[in-house]
Amino acid sequence: MQIYLPIADMPVNVFLILGMGLAVGFISGMFGIGGGFLMTPLLIFVGVSPAVAVATVSTHIAASSFSGALNYWRRRAVDVALALMLLSAGIIGTATGVWLFTELRALDQLDLVIGVLYVSLLSAVGLFMIYESIKAELRARKGLPSLLRRPGSHNWLHGLPLKLRFKRSKIYVSAIPVWGIGFVIGFAGAIMGIGGGFLLVPMLIYFLRVPTGTVIGTSMVLTLITMASATVMHAVTNHLVDAILALILMVGGVIGAQFGAHTGQRMRGERLRLLLGILVFLVGLRFAFELVVQPEDLYSIRHVGDM
Amino acid sequence: MRLAWRLSGVVGIFFLFLHQACAERLVLSLSNDRVQIASNFVGENLVMFGAIEPDTGNNLRQGGYDLVVTVTGPRETMRTRRKQRVLGIWVNVDSREFVRVPSYLAVLSNRPVRQIADVGTLRRLQLGLDNFLLTQRIGPDIADTVRDDPFRVAFIRLQSRHGLYREAGDAVKFLTPAVFRAETPLPANVPTGVFTINVKLFAAGALVAETNASLEVIKTGVEQYVAEAAVAHGLIYGIATMLLALLTGWIANVAFRRD
Repeated sequence: MQIYLPIADMPVNVFLILGMGLAVGFISGMFGIGGGFLMTPLLIFVGVSPAVAVATVSTHIAASSFSGALNYWRRRAVDVALALMLLSAGIIGTATGVWLFTELRALDQLDLVIGVLYVSLLSAVGLFMIYESIKAELRARKGLPSLLRRPGSHNWLHGLPLKLRFKRSKIYVSAIPVWGIGFVIGFAGAIMGIGGGFLLVPMLIYFLRVPTGTVIGTSMVLTLITMASATVMHAVTNHLVDAILALILMVGGVIGAQFGAHTGQRMRGERLRLLLGILVFLVGLRFAFELVVQPEDLYSIRHVGDM
Repeated sequence: MRLAWRLSGVVGIFFLFLHQACAERLVLSLSNDRVQIASNFVGENLVMFGAIEPDTGNNLRQGGYDLVVTVTGPRETMRTRRKQRVLGIWVNVDSREFVRVPSYLAVLSNRPVRQIADVGTLRRLQLGLDNFLLTQRIGPDIADTVRDDPFRVAFIRLQSRHGLYREAGDAVKFLTPAVFRAETPLPANVPTGVFTINVKLFAAGALVAETNASLEVIKTGVEQYVAEAAVAHGLIYGIATMLLALLTGWIANVAFRRD
């Protein structure tokens, strides 16, 4: 069944989009991430223009993260103070990202920067997660206690000044790495069209030692706020949010997320991180492939604006 | 006195042309002069019917006629970019801006245009994709390039691949010697706005008559409502979409609640 999308200006198969929503929703529910890093490339692949894809995916992520965040909120697994601290720097990161987005678009180098960012971030994060989870898996095999769940060891980040206590997460860390992470997430979200959950969750675990109990809930609340405001910002500045496309994605996404969350809860943390690491790494490889292999057509057209 | 003589000469030539242009008249009718994009739009065929009417007292010419129909969509500015390998990765190294070129362009005729008239005439009348004026911004200048300019060739190739540019030498059919039918598909990604249709009638390689028509491609129903709201009331549209997202998330959460 075909339906014409009013902002994307193209017809799409409803069931295809619904299926994409379900699949990405399943993955996002399973790992507690938004799934923007999968959905944005998928939409572009189907033929939606990158600008509309980036803007519309933010709406989709807002819906799925709200659905998930409610669960964590009820279980009191959200660290509001930490989320607000991350958000304060995230806003500056987003503003920087939007500015750079516009500059690079004018220079015709946006695709390149997005490609390079996807490749470097995804493959680095993916490899790191694979490495960490395999190490944890081996440790578990030997019968040693799992280190990753609650690492007591401090790293150099804990020596920084401006220390703050986050009660819900039971951590005592400097505000500097918190702001740094917030900035990176806001920046990446604006320029890559992703919520940043797949970056935020590992960073909170490995750098700030946030316990697994609050990490996903907190990440979801942050994602919800940034993506809800991104929806409004994209709608006001570029008029590129396709409400019809977003609605189809959301319906598939929230349903998929429920099943994904159910599956995820029955898996061990290390196994889950290994799977997510492999997935993230593969998407990174896919982008690397695109940069290195000669494109089918060396020329491409971009609409400058209606006149 | 000399001025009057010259003027009368100009007027005389003018009447000569007018007489020639009046030798035949073209009548054109569109299957649909308002293409509506509703939620089930997957593209549409634009069909045009027309008739050649000889001037009163004259008959249709013995040699037969040729027709060239040019359908032009709303003008847009587009940039064509070229990739090149730099340090192992493919980067956009060069780009050319095509200023106010048609977003849709179809050249339909009863036989390939180069068989209809000589190159000079085709160039002057901008008939065929090769001869249509596609203005590019080259440094400070705005001009068209030679027809085999790589950017121009790539632009036409890419637009053709999306079904937006086409040249069909068999899209005009004569039903009788004086009645013709032309057809062109408007793809699903057809731009919205006013389209102009220009029909040129040739006899023995010379232009003998011409007529114009227009059609409108518009969004209707929900598509129109959403598209207009997104542009006219960006803030309200954004907040409404955001609330829709929260509502969807909340409904799913309640519906699947297990605790």
